[in-house]
Amino acid sequence: MEKFTSVTGVGVPLRRSGVDTDQIIPAVYLKRVTKTGFDDALFANWRQDPEFILNQSEYAGARVLVAGPDFGTGSSREHAVWALRDYGFDAVLAPKFADIFRGNSGKQGLLTGVISEADCEKLWAALEAQPGVELTVDLVEKKATLGDLVVPFEVDDYIRWRLLEGLDDIALTLRNEQAITDFEAKREGWRPKTLPVRHA
Amino acid sequence: MNKPRTLAEKVWDDHLVVKGEDGTPDLIYIDLHLVHEVTSPQAFDGLRQAGRPVRRLDLTIATEDHNTPTLAIDKPIADETSRIQIQTLRNNAEEFGVRLHSLGDLEQGIVHVVGPQLGLTMPGITVVCGDSHTSTHGAFGAMAFGIGTSEVEHVLATQTLPLKPFKTMAINVEGTLKPGVSAKDIILAVIAKIGANGGQGYVLEFRGSAIRALSMEGRMTICNMAIEAGARAGMVAPDQTTFDYLEGRPHAPVGADWDEAVAYWKTLPTDEGATFDAEVNLDANELEPFVTWGTNPGQGVSLSDVVPSPEDFADPNERAAAERALEYMDLKPGTKLKDVPVDAVFMGSCTNSRIEDLRVFASLVEGKKKADGVRVMVVPGSARVRLEAEAEGLDKIIEDFGAEWRFAGCSMCLGMNPDQLAPGERCASTSPRNIEGRQGKGGRTHLVSPQVAAATAIRGTLSSPSDLEG
Repeated sequence: MEKFTSVTGVGVPLRRSGVDTDQIIPAVYLKRVTKTGFDDALFANWRQDPEFILNQSEYAGARVLVAGPDFGTGSSREHAVWALRDYGFDAVLAPKFADIFRGNSGKQGLLTGVISEADCEKLWAALEAQPGVELTVDLVEKKATLGDLVVPFEVDDYIRWRLLEGLDDIALTLRNEQAITDFEAKREGWRPKTLPVRHA
Repeated sequence: MNKPRTLAEKVWDDHLVVKGEDGTPDLIYIDLHLVHEVTSPQAFDGLRQAGRPVRRLDLTIATEDHNTPTLAIDKPIADETSRIQIQTLRNNAEEFGVRLHSLGDLEQGIVHVVGPQLGLTMPGITVVCGDSHTSTHGAFGAMAFGIGTSEVEHVLATQTLPLKPFKTMAINVEGTLKPGVSAKDIILAVIAKIGANGGQGYVLEFRGSAIRALSMEGRMTICNMAIEAGARAGMVAPDQTTFDYLEGRPHAPVGADWDEAVAYWKTLPTDEGATFDAEVNLDANELEPFVTWGTNPGQGVSLSDVVPSPEDFADPNERAAAERALEYMDLKPGTKLKDVPVDAVFMGSCTNSRIEDLRVFASLVEGKKKADGVRVMVVPGSARVRLEAEAEGLDKIIEDFGAEWRFAGCSMCLGMNPDQLAPGERCASTSPRNIEGRQGKGGRTHLVSPQVAAATAIRGTLSSPSDLEG
């Protein structure tokens, strides 16, 4: 996972609340066997509507999503985060996130910043006034900047630290690699080994 | 003097790589990682993206089970999703160097049958697999539990898992089982007693004279379904039965390693004076063959009972659940369960597909003919179990009875392969799970023991072995 300090890119005003993970990625896409390549699955049902915001050419290459409250509710599927990341989003700003989605995001390098409802309205208005305009989301300073508009956001300290350090779950555990290696050196010889293959 | 500890606490303590502080989880070492085709593809893909290898190939083994057909196994798999999942596992095993037993291989089969059969599952170890029924391996006095795909990737990369300690619950089963009553009836009765969520957050330790008297196959049946009570794991303390089962198996320790292992394993049983966070008692003497009438494994009664009424349940949630279940199962309160006819009998799954289960089934159906109009499918848990059964002539008995003798796999337990119930079909099944649509969309599942499955296949209605007499 790469270190996340700040991102600057096109912002998308998604004027919807209660966006659940079934909307973020419909269940039919869960049969796949990869962890990437879900960009076409993101908001797949909504994207069938030519009027949907992501179908507007101004928003091509978007990196920041600004959505209404209760983003990421419903099924715990990790695919929802994969789809957002694969599409190109590095950060989602919203007044409230579902807990499991927020946890999954932190593990996969997607920033979920909590903003006030008033600031959400201001960001939406600013993004809609200049479709395709870029904004900067600064994780060090915990603020989003669009021209003169500066919006603070909140993020869990632990998740922020992990994003800044670029640590996924496995990388975190591997900080204890020496302890694991020491433990392995002490394991008894009788414990099971699958290799070499022994036959009946 | 050390504080008395439970079996679960001893195994946990001996796998502590880093003790968690200030609410952070412990880092626990994993001795054995079992892999299958459904929950591993994204885990391997994650490793590939991050450029990480599998840390311990020698503690990892994969088999194909959930999607494998049980007929015509030499032909390409017809269903595209199944074929892709299996091919993906083959590619990943090849790329990363993971030992894999593919369809057609002598050691292929249900992952929870294969591990014990190879002697890889042993007392005092930690076992994980991306499958909830991993609890099966606890029958050996191992700490074994199911994990999600992200955790599969985590174990592949680090051979450890960050975990918070579980609570402990003693399930004391004292007494002697009546003839025709089995391990399956014990666990169905336990789940009916504590509820399908009654074990949540706990490791269950099954104890008492009735458990001690069980074979390893019986203990596996019980621990297998610990998850159906919502528990993280189920365990049975190792004893001579365990050692006798293990000794001489391909991957069991030998020589000085064996002696050292047995000496250690004998220290594992729960110390006198150790306390559990909860205790439950069950009288084995009174137990009768059990059957589920509903759509969760806790909705079960003695087979000699009648279908309960929603009014029997004081708790409004349970009452509503019973109402929904009876509607789905198309059962009327007050109906004698023994008057309920079935369309199918499924003998198999990681709960009841080992050689002992097949022997019990075959001994009851030998020389008889199945009831007219009932489809009976017998699916051994592994290719080796199938061969063993054939060497004993069980396949002949089963086919003469009119049942289908299939190749190994998870099969109709969950119908990821073509073995499914049609909508509305009713099945007496030795599998572990009876949720709506589990065995096929609209299918109706009654969980039973191999003994009850055999008697039901003979009579065509839900029956216990004692109904076959006279």
